[in-house]
Amino acid sequence: MSDILILNGRLVDPANGIDAPRDLLLRNGRVAAVESPGTLRGVEAAETIDAAGLIVAPGLIDVHVHLREPGQTYKETIATGTAAAAAGGFTTVVAMPNTVPVNDTAAKLEWMLDATRNPAVKLFAMPAATIGSMGVELTDFDALRKAGAVGFTDDGKPVLEDHVMLAALVAAARAEVPVSQHAEDTRLTGGCSMNAGAVAFRLGLRGMPVEAESSIVERDIRLLRDIESKEGLRPHLHVQHVSTARAMEAIRAAKREGLHVTCEVAPHHFTLTDEAIGDYDTHAKMNPPLRVESDRAAMVAALVDGTADCIATDHAPHAAHEKEQEFERAPNGITGLETALGLALRVLHRGQGLSLSRIVSLMSAAPAQIVSLAGRGSLAKGHFADIVIFDAGATWTYDAKTTRSRSRNTPFDGAEMRGRVKATICEGRIVYRGN
Amino acid sequence: MTETARTQSARYATGSLLSIRDLSVEDVSAILGLTARLQTMHPAERSAILAGRRVALLFYESSTRTRTSFELAAKSLGATTTLVSDKSSSIEKGESLKDTGLTLRALGAECIILRHPASGAPFVLARETGLPVLNAGDGMHEHPSQALLDLRTILTRLHGESSATSVSAASLQGVTVVITGDILHSRVARSNALLLPRLGARVILCGPEKLLPKEALGLGPGVEIERDFDRALKRAQVAMMLRIQKERLAGLELDLADYIDRYQLNAERQAACAPKALVMHPGPMIRGLEIAGDVADGPNSAIEEQVAHGLAVRSALLVRALGKSVTV
Ligand SMILES: [Zn+2]
Repeated sequence: MSDILILNGRLVDPANGIDAPRDLLLRNGRVAAVESPGTLRGVEAAETIDAAGLIVAPGLIDVHVHLREPGQTYKETIATGTAAAAAGGFTTVVAMPNTVPVNDTAAKLEWMLDATRNPAVKLFAMPAATIGSMGVELTDFDALRKAGAVGFTDDGKPVLEDHVMLAALVAAARAEVPVSQHAEDTRLTGGCSMNAGAVAFRLGLRGMPVEAESSIVERDIRLLRDIESKEGLRPHLHVQHVSTARAMEAIRAAKREGLHVTCEVAPHHFTLTDEAIGDYDTHAKMNPPLRVESDRAAMVAALVDGTADCIATDHAPHAAHEKEQEFERAPNGITGLETALGLALRVLHRGQGLSLSRIVSLMSAAPAQIVSLAGRGSLAKGHFADIVIFDAGATWTYDAKTTRSRSRNTPFDGAEMRGRVKATICEGRIVYRGN
Repeated sequence: MTETARTQSARYATGSLLSIRDLSVEDVSAILGLTARLQTMHPAERSAILAGRRVALLFYESSTRTRTSFELAAKSLGATTTLVSDKSSSIEKGESLKDTGLTLRALGAECIILRHPASGAPFVLARETGLPVLNAGDGMHEHPSQALLDLRTILTRLHGESSATSVSAASLQGVTVVITGDILHSRVARSNALLLPRLGARVILCGPEKLLPKEALGLGPGVEIERDFDRALKRAQVAMMLRIQKERLAGLELDLADYIDRYQLNAERQAACAPKALVMHPGPMIRGLEIAGDVADGPNSAIEEQVAHGLAVRSALLVRALGKSVTV
């Protein structure tokens, strides 16, 4: 593999406490040198990238994407979804198991992770916690862990039964990976297509109460406490796409108590409220739904104070014909890989004054730690050469027509973005070049 | 509100009526003016206005009143109508709303009147076909033509026939309209609560928590909630009663005897609390449940007039949708 030099950039590497001018040499897919400007001047390289005026950071990591392969390749494939990831500055994504069939065996997991799927960036996966994600019988955690599982989840659905979730947490603790929970008490959300509240009332749509999310988070936290005291294990609960102030408050308290809870917030939940549904825009329909302003503000506050551990997109592609339907019939989910950095920089950096280093951490070092990805999420010498180079000050407008994803279901078509990706490098290969 | 009106006009064909919020007070006034003009016209003259024009009625829910009203309105203007309904199984099984709309357009429909069980369906149809769409009731969302005919009924009965030809933001100043019953599931309640306050009326929503969640206050200024029917009635110039939508009550356990006791408009209650108030009901009504038969048939009832105003107002909406100018 050919060497790459990245000169004159500002390295933002929060895991190593660096925010300073540095030159980098990439060799054999790894970081070979990180030096003060000028030190690497004489080094020969196949490619030299002039990063003057640009940020050089660890490649972004998304612990929550839906790549739709196998089974729904008309929406997305591993190749197209990861190409969108590369365009968004991501070098690692973690695929959710709700494919067709559900990713619930080692054979299916190995098929998904096979190089012949042609992922543009590094692909990991979280297989199902229960067989078929039916919430009844646990999958074979040992076999799946050996095949590369970085966590277990029934995402799209919750693990609803107490005893099943308890067993999943215990098994995952033994396998030393998290259980990622889609926190939704589906007994409270039947027939609902958006957040409960004034907007839902006006639109005549049935709404999901915030308790549907918070009660499951609170229940899972109780289970963690029980397991810690009775089993002497320390399970890791990762709460996916937190959307309500109330659930976030429960997570804040659990962290204070010392339990091992982490959580993610999706860009749409810190950017939009349920008003974005407007006149039944199905591109603003996802689950958990967009909430009210006080919830949105609580997601921002949690990202600022550290209660929220990371940003994850919940990238969920759907075909146009599926979204061009009556609101209640349209499927949940929006694409998100190409807009995550632009929104984080616009809303959190520019809007809230959160430092670049914190943003980079929320999107690389922190998610790497949640799923224990060795050698990723930081740019120390010897680590994988997973890098995003971006212009933090650039303002641009997202155009869904230019997406690398197979789908265009985004509420951010035409939205202002901040920070433009100039290059994405995954294990020393340039996988995306911006302009 | 203005922003809503603006973005909608950019995305939907002129003449569409998807939500009552699409209409400015001036638009409402123009529709009332046109309604009055059409009514005084000689039938022969009226039947030439939309001669040769094609209107499709797309009904995914049964409806006698609204469908017949629109159909007769279109025919009286000379338009050709096609009824496509799930009852006659002429809606292709499993076909999307978009494709059904495109098929109707290809067959020459110039305007579609849609009744659909899903809230927001008219927006999908209008976006995907580019045709003017008239919302004839969508799910629990809205029934804008009903709000317009209710407005015309109120103006005519409270202020006289001549007052129903135009409106301003003060036309219903000092008028309190009490809407009682299953507000949660009622598109009629939403459209009225969104329209009447903009003309100066006070709207009191009345009903038990299960049928009237506090989020209803979000419908806008000029709307309040009063759980005590008697207290609400004492302030009413208009009492609009709604039916209990049993088919949508899944999971809500409602004690009907208790409901009748607390919320039925009957003769004793009427005499005690609102002997002069106008009594309205969008239908279909269930005599003996939300309203007693003698009240529905009594001198204060405007229920039959509502039906007549419906025909008139819908004629105006069709003329507007098909872009015909008529000298008022
Ligand atoms: Zn989920």
